[in-house]
Amino acid sequence: MAAAENYPADLKYHSEHDWARVEGGEAVFGITWKAQDMLGELVFFQPPAIGTELAKDGSYGEIESVKAVSDLVAPLSGKVVAVNEKVESAPETINDDPYGEGWLVRVELADPGEAQGLLDVEAYIRLLSEE
Amino acid sequence: MPGLKRTPLYDRHLALGARMVPFAGYEMPVFYEGLIGEHKAVRSDSGAFDASHMGVLEIDGPGTHAGLQSLLSNNLGRIGPGEAQYELLTNEQGGIVDDLIVYRRDQESYLVIVNASNRETDVDWLQGRLPEGVNLRDVSDDRGLIAVQGPGALKRLALEPAPSFTFAEVELLGVPCTCARTGYTGESGCELVCAATDAVKLWDAILAAGVVPCGLGSRDTLRLEACLPLHGQDITPETDPISAGLGWAVALGKEFTGVERLRQVAAEGPSRRLVPFVMDQPGIPRQGMPIVPYGEVTSGSHSPMLDIGIGLGYVAAKKNYPGAMLTIDVRGRPIWAKVVTKPIFTSSHNYIERKGEW
Repeated sequence: MAAAENYPADLKYHSEHDWARVEGGEAVFGITWKAQDMLGELVFFQPPAIGTELAKDGSYGEIESVKAVSDLVAPLSGKVVAVNEKVESAPETINDDPYGEGWLVRVELADPGEAQGLLDVEAYIRLLSEE
Repeated sequence: MPGLKRTPLYDRHLALGARMVPFAGYEMPVFYEGLIGEHKAVRSDSGAFDASHMGVLEIDGPGTHAGLQSLLSNNLGRIGPGEAQYELLTNEQGGIVDDLIVYRRDQESYLVIVNASNRETDVDWLQGRLPEGVNLRDVSDDRGLIAVQGPGALKRLALEPAPSFTFAEVELLGVPCTCARTGYTGESGCELVCAATDAVKLWDAILAAGVVPCGLGSRDTLRLEACLPLHGQDITPETDPISAGLGWAVALGKEFTGVERLRQVAAEGPSRRLVPFVMDQPGIPRQGMPIVPYGEVTSGSHSPMLDIGIGLGYVAAKKNYPGAMLTIDVRGRPIWAKVVTKPIFTSSHNYIERKGEW
């Protein structure tokens, strides 16, 4: 069952419709409700290998629906320490729960201060209304 | 959306919550609830598609039969009134201007359904080449076209089974229509042509019978699993029917535009062939991806029924056997795929059950 549109207040957002949940020196990344809605039902997740160094604003993997493919954009820099295996085997988990069970990777942050440059929920929702 | 045409069912699509997209100059539903559910509804029971954007031509008058015989690839002499035939409209080089279905109404009267994107091209092509005395009317804007497809489709509509590629004028669910046993999903079912003013009534009655509304998204994945080519991707004015595996729809023994070239291709054997393939590793092929070393994906998608990447593409002719391994360049990643038999998947046939043969 697809999730209803929502944008949690505790997340930081990237303008490419990716989110980060910063937890001390680590962060979890995922895609926003808007991103999964634009793509449609997701059927494939190409994750980065554990240990891959991600650069903020760079592509770190791919996600595909039946009809479309999209790059995953890293909201922050860091090293991949975990990949969500549930999403690898059942990509539709992202449609069902984009901020919970549908998280994509856990990253050890290179510079937790980078998060200051991301959008808060009000700014992200403003961006959506302008698109 | 500005500049786009709407079918008679436009308001119904919006009311059903469809995601609308531009397609062939029309604003069309790509899905309602979800592509995968709609796809599976057609394979397991039944789905209804608004195909009113397609071109509907009426061609009649003395000389129609001979005129069409000289322009279309298949032998119209093999069908009589009430029968339909798959055709290729070919150019002088044997390239495919369009693929279409002709419905023979009478000795000199045909209904022709063509791809939406090629409607104007086809009308100009035929107008310029059919002999004097033949009338061609483009009645597309006055018609609704609804396809009802799936193993449960006929039962839902209380229709008796009939041979595929036949048609009849009937009153169905209170609406007069041409009921053709044709389709684009690999399933049984029908395509219904009615007056544009009756389309909403017919659509409502079809959905009331329990048929699931389906968008263009599942129409594309269904036809790809069934290995039915899409004009503009798998077949084009630059590709010929022999290489595309459509030789069965080409009557090389009769005279029509491009036949000399096609006889030559058939005699020499095509240098490349359009083949169906499935991915052997995780990855989804997409149109335009290279098949290494010398080929190209012309249609690619995730298969909702098999849950793997599938596609159609041109490969060197020597690779045209089931089991042949291909390498597809998926955005820089080389991914293995293998050639399989047609269809890749329908409710009654699939390549897996035929694997013992190769």
